[in-house]
Amino acid sequence: MSSTTNPSTHHTSTIGAIGAPSRRNTELALLVFAVVIPVFAYANVGLAINDEVPTGLLGYGLGLGLLAGVGHLVVRKFAAYADPLLLPLATLLNGLGLVIIWRLDQSERLQQLAKSAYGVFTPSAPKQLMFAAAGLALFVAVLVFLKDHRVLQRYTYISMAAAIVLLLLPLVPGLGADTFGAKIWIRIPGAGTIQPGEFAKIIIGIFFSGYLMVKRDALALASRRFMGLYLPRGRDLGPIITIWAVSLLILVFENDLGTSLLFFGMFVIMLYVATERTSWIVIGLLMSAAGAVGVASFAGHVQARVNAWLDPWSCYQDSDACFQIGQSIMAFGSGGVMGTGLGQGNSDLIGFAANSDFIFSTVGEEMGLAGVMAFLLLYGLIIERGVRTALAARDPFGKLFAIGLSGAFALQVFVVAGGVMGLIPLTGMTMPWLAAGGSSVIANWALIGILIRISDTARRPAPTPAANPDAEMTQVVRP
Amino acid sequence: MNKPLRRIAIFCGLLVLALLIRDNWIQYVQADSLQTREENRRVSIERYATPRGNIIVDGKAITGSVATEGTDFKYKRTWKNGEMWAPVTGYASQAVGATQLENLEDGILTGNDDRLFFRNTLDMMTGKKKEGGSVVTTLNAAAQKAAFDGLGDKKGAVAAIDPSTGAILALASTPSYDPSSFAGISSKDGETFTKLDKNKDKPMLNRALRETYPPGSTFKVVTAAAALENGKVDGIDERTDSPDPYQLPQSTTPLTNEHGDCENANLRYALMVSCNTVFAKLSDSVGNEGMIKQAEKFGFNNAELDTPVRAAESIYPEDNRPQNAMDGIGQASNRATPLQMAMVASAVANDGKLMKPYMVDQLRASNLDVIETHEPEELSQAVSGETAQKLQEMMETVVNDPQGTGGKAKISGVTVGGKTGTAQHGLNNSEKPYAWFISYAKTSDGGSPVAVAVVVEDGSANRDDISGGGLAGPIARDVMKAVIDSKK
Repeated sequence: MSSTTNPSTHHTSTIGAIGAPSRRNTELALLVFAVVIPVFAYANVGLAINDEVPTGLLGYGLGLGLLAGVGHLVVRKFAAYADPLLLPLATLLNGLGLVIIWRLDQSERLQQLAKSAYGVFTPSAPKQLMFAAAGLALFVAVLVFLKDHRVLQRYTYISMAAAIVLLLLPLVPGLGADTFGAKIWIRIPGAGTIQPGEFAKIIIGIFFSGYLMVKRDALALASRRFMGLYLPRGRDLGPIITIWAVSLLILVFENDLGTSLLFFGMFVIMLYVATERTSWIVIGLLMSAAGAVGVASFAGHVQARVNAWLDPWSCYQDSDACFQIGQSIMAFGSGGVMGTGLGQGNSDLIGFAANSDFIFSTVGEEMGLAGVMAFLLLYGLIIERGVRTALAARDPFGKLFAIGLSGAFALQVFVVAGGVMGLIPLTGMTMPWLAAGGSSVIANWALIGILIRISDTARRPAPTPAANPDAEMTQVVRP
Repeated sequence: MNKPLRRIAIFCGLLVLALLIRDNWIQYVQADSLQTREENRRVSIERYATPRGNIIVDGKAITGSVATEGTDFKYKRTWKNGEMWAPVTGYASQAVGATQLENLEDGILTGNDDRLFFRNTLDMMTGKKKEGGSVVTTLNAAAQKAAFDGLGDKKGAVAAIDPSTGAILALASTPSYDPSSFAGISSKDGETFTKLDKNKDKPMLNRALRETYPPGSTFKVVTAAAALENGKVDGIDERTDSPDPYQLPQSTTPLTNEHGDCENANLRYALMVSCNTVFAKLSDSVGNEGMIKQAEKFGFNNAELDTPVRAAESIYPEDNRPQNAMDGIGQASNRATPLQMAMVASAVANDGKLMKPYMVDQLRASNLDVIETHEPEELSQAVSGETAQKLQEMMETVVNDPQGTGGKAKISGVTVGGKTGTAQHGLNNSEKPYAWFISYAKTSDGGSPVAVAVVVEDGSANRDDISGGGLAGPIARDVMKAVIDSKK
């Protein structure tokens, strides 16, 4: 429950009182690896494709190093006690993502495809580097201006409105862009496309945390017991039904299972954490199952995705959905255990979206089972650090916000990686940091910024109490 | 709030675990089957990523590779004189896949064969590009050219074998196709292929190996062998007890002869002028079981004859008595490929020993190291040496006697034995008959370097002219002559 009743937080703060290590030097050492590994990967791609070290190697290395260095200095200054793993993990993923995008830029197949479809081919890597810089700028802004995450509680209901507007923007005629069936982008003339769902993920997290923090007692305690479950009162069902309905709307009108699953799943996770009632999980699962079955039996495009997932080979020639998932699975299979090596695979056979939705297939083919498992573990580590931040946080809002963001992150990784590997039906979301696309990179840098802010608050030692001669030598209790 | 947090942590762990398990499933357990799926374009990308190894005849490559503009396929297969060699090589097309040697020896030609693994690994370490190996065939370029030119515009096929080893020397089929015409991936390549595929003359059918014909009178050699082996005649110069016309058993149909005085004729004369009555009666007296046994010793009823390209099964079926009698003159339900009839001639020439036909002599790595060499293999002792001698005498009479039907196959300074055939087919024999000729040549040292079978499907309009001797004989002669000349 609240931190005051939790003995473990007592210990932490007591130890903190004698000087918790800030771990900034650990972070710096890890950051060196997070910059050096992608630089080697970049050189590797150049050698594999053109038999020479790419000319941009120095610039790329300096650029990534600069981003990492700025990130580190800002953390050192503004969030000295933050979790030391989050920044290096994000830097590493972003760096490797850039390398893979650059590698796919070199693909003749994709260049010809772009030329025949749009008349011109523009490489994605330079844009992506710009987006990474913008993401890091947002990360810095979060740390500099958001001194205390609890300030965000004030914006609970504004966040709700903002999130719903963002989520429904792609449905506005003339603004939404239909790409490969899913309508989760908006097109701004002159500025390209934006995936508002990525930002909505964070903003709606603020709403859920603020709302649940206030209402959790009512949702947890006012209930009837039925068959071993605490059933909530009818009027308390309002919020979950609203979120459910919005999720279904997204699924039906934006044709995107991923976004839909992400928001509903995020809400159920936070509801469960806030109320500690298992009944919410059961209700949530039932509602999503009912919603999924209902929509799948009425909406043809969802059915197509499900059929492609069940057996991509039977409709491989006829349907794009089947072709893409079939190509993706074959890319993974062709990589085998060790992979073909960066730059030496044929994952670009997937065609469009090879460097966005399907970028993980390139990891699968060129880095093999070993590489994919390493990537999954990197994502797993970010999730784990996020959950630890939630555990360590001392205020309920921070706890809920941190678990909401980590849970959404975990669901996103699962939905995307599971989709391209044929574990679940494919959706239109992208791998955080890996996939080409500004929205995802920028939003996820902001997400890491917030997690770092919460973890800094959680781990920061309490102000040293005034010296009390009576307490000397006896108060320190190590766990 | 920490207890549910810990549970959520476990839940997130399970999500990642599910992904890890799924990844192991598709990248380890299913990896092999996904890598080789027909939908997987990487298979053909790999096949054409490096210059393909060559198919060799008489020390010269009859294939090649050219670099292409395409992004997927770096090299395209080419053939030298593709129409002539297509029945040997098959095709390797980026659009429609590969057949025959191009398909069966794909591993060697692309360099992906397991036996090249060690060498490839070494090459990779030393930075050498992977190269395909080569397939050295047994074919004889001069014989192949004689066969292909001899068939000319006619529809037909030629198969020639070295009787002592079974090495295939010529394998021609007309009308043919040029595999170069659809080796690429363009839509034009696809159209060419479809057009060839739908052509009613079936240019892509390998008639020498894959088409069966009624063998007609050439089958009389097998019937004679069965009669001699089973003691149904006392000798080749002894009179037989054969009426003319011959009433087929259990039937009212009388069987007659085209020409000659066949009543009670001896075996040598009967083969020379191709008496239907004598051989039908002999087939009946040997019986269906005995005939099947003899035919099988010559290679009939073998569904798995791999050269390594699999030949169609030549058939001598279980039949009732009248049918079996007609089978004895090759005019009922027995059918044979040109290769099969060449095998019959080769067994006779090789003193009764039938060698397994093959056309790949060696597989070589790109640096010419030999990976595999074919050893001649005996398929069966078709007839005893004594019987083989008698059959040779008879077949040589067919060619040498002024009255014989095979005079056109004579080669000066060489002993030639042969047998003509004119197989009727179609409803009530309405269609133009197939002209057959099978023969072998013996050089002065007593060895036989070549046995050949020729079939011409549609000769000129006049039925009498479509005798095997007239149409097919000269082609057989030219092929045999080409082989003998190339040995000098």
